[in-house]
Amino acid sequence: MDIFLQQIINGLVLGSIYALVALGYSMVYGILGLINFAHGEVVMIGAMIALAMLQALASSSMPIAVIILLSLLVAALVCMALGYAMEKVCYRPLRNAPRLAPLITAIGLSIVLQNIAMIAWGRQFVAFPLQIHATQHAIAGASISDLQILIILVATASAVALLLLVHKTRLGRAMRATAQDHRIAGLMGVNVNTIISVAFVLGSALAAAAGIMIAAYYGLAHYSMGALLGLKAFTAAVLGGIGNLGGAVVGGLLLGLIESLGAGYIGALTGGFLGSHYQDIFAFFVLILVLIFRPSGLLGERVAERA
Amino acid sequence: MSLLQAQQLKVSYGGINAVKSVDFHISKGELVALIGANGAGKTSTLKALCGMIKAKGNIFYGGADITNQPSCKLVNLGIVLVPEGRGIFSRLSIEENLHMGAYSRHKRREIRADFIKMYDLFPRLAKRRKQLAGTLSGGEQQMLAIARALMSRPRLLLLDEPSMGLAPLMVNKIFTTIKAVSAEGVTILLVEQNAKLALEISHRGYVMESGTIMLSDSAQNLLNSTQVKQAYLGE
Ligand SMILES: Nc1ncnc2c1ncn2[C@@H]1O[C@H](COP(=O)(O)OP(=O)(O)OP(=O)(O)O)[C@@H](O)[C@H]1O
Ligand SMILES: [Mg+2]
Repeated sequence: MDIFLQQIINGLVLGSIYALVALGYSMVYGILGLINFAHGEVVMIGAMIALAMLQALASSSMPIAVIILLSLLVAALVCMALGYAMEKVCYRPLRNAPRLAPLITAIGLSIVLQNIAMIAWGRQFVAFPLQIHATQHAIAGASISDLQILIILVATASAVALLLLVHKTRLGRAMRATAQDHRIAGLMGVNVNTIISVAFVLGSALAAAAGIMIAAYYGLAHYSMGALLGLKAFTAAVLGGIGNLGGAVVGGLLLGLIESLGAGYIGALTGGFLGSHYQDIFAFFVLILVLIFRPSGLLGERVAERA
Repeated sequence: MSLLQAQQLKVSYGGINAVKSVDFHISKGELVALIGANGAGKTSTLKALCGMIKAKGNIFYGGADITNQPSCKLVNLGIVLVPEGRGIFSRLSIEENLHMGAYSRHKRREIRADFIKMYDLFPRLAKRRKQLAGTLSGGEQQMLAIARALMSRPRLLLLDEPSMGLAPLMVNKIFTTIKAVSAEGVTILLVEQNAKLALEISHRGYVMESGTIMLSDSAQNLLNSTQVKQAYLGE
């Protein structure tokens, strides 16, 4: 088996999930200057709701495709409502507060959501209820499964849809204008509160998609899964240049590749001292390096601004 | 008939009273200048009119009380500000900035016609339409800010120091444009440091000093008044 190619495939799959979550971080940061540390928990809630729906519907007589679609839809809607409520109830009252206040709120919110999920779904891992017959396809000495292909396709389609929305539509233009200056955007007739809500709702929809994909990929979900995933996606957003949506995609994919290649070779590199279960250290290594050497990220602001 | 009427308008920042109970009005189709020294409260007045800051007192527009309405609603009524320091979206292209100006409008054909009009008015913008607005020169940014405001088809245009930082030729160009816009029937409130130029194109003027309106007269009378000459025209 070709380890290099295999790790590239695995990295792209993982990376496209990171990218979806990173898009949510970056979009909210771009518009509000807020790092929504509870975003990872939205991913977890998406996965949990989807699993609960699948479980509830598994014994029904509906065709399997309908069950899956219905579960995805409900999970996405719940997450969108959660994102909307989060902003409206927790962040909006702090809009003009010092920046530390919403940041601490975000951390608190993330703890609250984790605990709610723990009470609702327990401390143990929740198994993905569907047996996914993932056919493996061999390519050039490596293999890729149907599920992996599906994840990459769905993630690509979602990311492209978001980028098109932001860069090609009237709403997207208003979002970019608001990201630059709330007051001037308001002067143009943009309802800034609506735009901020839209950012949260869209980011949460992507988070739901990511949550379902990662649960299907590993066959598991856990009430605390959002914490690490959220932190990694945040790293991806910072790596790409937080606030920059293209950067979030690039950062996500890069981080997936770094992690997966790192995990593939770490044993050989350290003479067997560290195993592939040290995969998680790469994300934080990357985060530290980026913060030290290029805090604006790979695609961070390059445009000179004139007074 | 007054299009805009401000009654006992007050603006304060914490303990600082920037505007202390001023009354003024602007009739439909008028071009009115608001002049005064630095820190007199001109910008604060404009911001109150377009809903950017909280104010006390009353603002009537077309007979309706619009005090403290959010600016995104006032745009739909036709009140538009060209802010001090231009406030263009530097990371959006020139074309996108103009589109933002037309955000409150929906008739595509009319918007397209206005694009052509703006590019006719400011050919320099036409040449750079795909360029990021942040890369424009100061004067070009001022043109963009005015063009963007006009894209909303304003009924009441509030201009905050449109000549700031511009070369004399550009100042003339901007003032000619303001006059032309006024001639088309748009009501304008013009705040300017360049009092002489402002009064020369205006119908009436108000002189503001430390938060109150000291003088109010026809532009011609203000230009001839010794008080104004000494304090603002440097004669
Ligand atoms: N955000 C603010 N916070 C506190 N004080 C302010 C604020 N904005 C304006 N002021 C004060 O209010 C007063 C009026 O300011 P304003 O900007 O309205 O003056 P102006 O007439 O537009 O002056 P200029 O000609 O210099 O633009 C000034 O004393 C200023 O210091
Ligand atoms: Mg001012």
